[in-house]
Amino acid sequence: MLRLDNIEVKYSNVILVLKGVSLKVEPRSIVALLGSNGAGKSTTLKAISGVLSMELGQITDGTIEFNDVRIDRQSPEEIVKMGIVQVVEGRRLFRHLIVEENLKVGAYTSRDGGRMGRDLDTVYSYFPQLKNLKSRISGFLSGGEQQMLVIGSALMAHPSLMCLDEPSLGLAPHLVREIFDIVKRINLEEKTSILLVEQNVRAALSIADYGYVLENGRIVLDGAASKLEENEDIKEFYFGLSDLGQRKSYREVKHYRRRKRWLS
Amino acid sequence: MNILQFAVSGLLIGGVYALIALGIVLVFKATGVFNFAAGHIMALGAFLAYLLMVQVGVPIWAGIVIAVLVAALIGILVERLALRRLIGQAHMSALMATLALAYFLQGLMLAVWESKVLTLPKFLPTGSVTTGLVIDAELLWPFVIVMILFGAFAIFFARTKVGLGMRATAEDHQLAQLKGINVKFVFALTWALAAALSTIAGILLGHRLGVSIPLVFVGFKVIPVVLLGGLNSIAGAIVGGLIVGLVESFVAGFFNAWLASIAPFIVLLIVMLIRPEGIFGQKRIERV
Repeated sequence: MLRLDNIEVKYSNVILVLKGVSLKVEPRSIVALLGSNGAGKSTTLKAISGVLSMELGQITDGTIEFNDVRIDRQSPEEIVKMGIVQVVEGRRLFRHLIVEENLKVGAYTSRDGGRMGRDLDTVYSYFPQLKNLKSRISGFLSGGEQQMLVIGSALMAHPSLMCLDEPSLGLAPHLVREIFDIVKRINLEEKTSILLVEQNVRAALSIADYGYVLENGRIVLDGAASKLEENEDIKEFYFGLSDLGQRKSYREVKHYRRRKRWLS
Repeated sequence: MNILQFAVSGLLIGGVYALIALGIVLVFKATGVFNFAAGHIMALGAFLAYLLMVQVGVPIWAGIVIAVLVAALIGILVERLALRRLIGQAHMSALMATLALAYFLQGLMLAVWESKVLTLPKFLPTGSVTTGLVIDAELLWPFVIVMILFGAFAIFFARTKVGLGMRATAEDHQLAQLKGINVKFVFALTWALAAALSTIAGILLGHRLGVSIPLVFVGFKVIPVVLLGGLNSIAGAIVGGLIVGLVESFVAGFFNAWLASIAPFIVLLIVMLIRPEGIFGQKRIERV
């Protein structure tokens, strides 16, 4: 469905952020893209949705295909029309618009005005809280409500692929659980493929089918989610567990760290 | 008695200020650029109407419509040729570009129409209505037209899809793009609307005062209107316009005309001290 082939991204023509990233999202699957800060996860999503140019970024090499059509030269609005919708990091929404307007903006590309009411009901069925808040100014919602709103707004576009950028950022653990459960439900019930960018590796792998680990602009490891959960390096570097499966005692941490030795 | 008379005249004059201010606010909200050339586009619109009605000789109403459409086209050209290239550059460059545009237009108008006061054919009722107060019909009708336009815009922004897209774009360009809104189209549309509004304002002012280069100075008077109301508030444009009209009218009535021309700026300074974002300006929403 979505296919990135050897994508290279530069900012301002000098800063090489992605150094040949290849990944695939199969129809109806959930793919997790993992990695720490500055690995290039968000840049990968921006490359897919075509908004790099606003930040002086550019795809300098490689191709992106969506349903066998090249999209790396398309405008952002064309890409949305083709069915790829991105939910930006940090719960970015239109703060001065009311909740329902934020949802309606999500359906901007749909030509069928009559579907609006039904689509709103669908969103409210996933996020019942939003219905009570529908005429509230969005900027004043709580973090969890805002995260629900941005996902709901993306849902309004009927995407075949939804790219979620760190939906767990800054949320309490039980809210993370709730959001991820809903993401899984959307995946199953709306048959939407999901590309999930996360630092919360454990939560992401719990719902994903497949995972990629991105580091310094390169994919260093990939595999089925269940395999990745068992991977020693993932356990050590992302779960913070040692060989014994226990939390590491910092008394034993040496002054040097074990070198990462990615297996792929 | 006098007070009421001044108040009415002030309000009526303020309506046209509000219309020019609306053009500036629209452009600022959508593109983040303060358009210093608003007064010049307004004057150009008035000259265009004169050109069509008197020099070419088309019927008055057709002249108005064509002038507004041509102005909208000029707005699109300005956006396309000058400001779109400055997207992503420092705000100052876009600001300077509008200043350059202002002087370019002033030079152009001076070259074509010279520094004469030209008279537009009267198409609105003149004279005055006297019902206890003296209401100048040449002030009343423009005011009514302005209010109708404001109503139309309020509905456009609240109810239509394009209006919603424009409000969304005003808030966050990148996010708007990610929702599938064509931001370049919104920018072009905004400039077209702003130029069209300015032209209507120019024709309404020109109808009463005659068409001449000094019309551009009304554009500067609109700066306090915009800042008073809040740079990103449409309601603020109306209220700011009416306040400036009132202040001018009162000061001119009770003191003198010289003081009246600077009074709006004095009020502006005071408001800026108390409420820097303007009366209706959006405060940044920050949850703590």
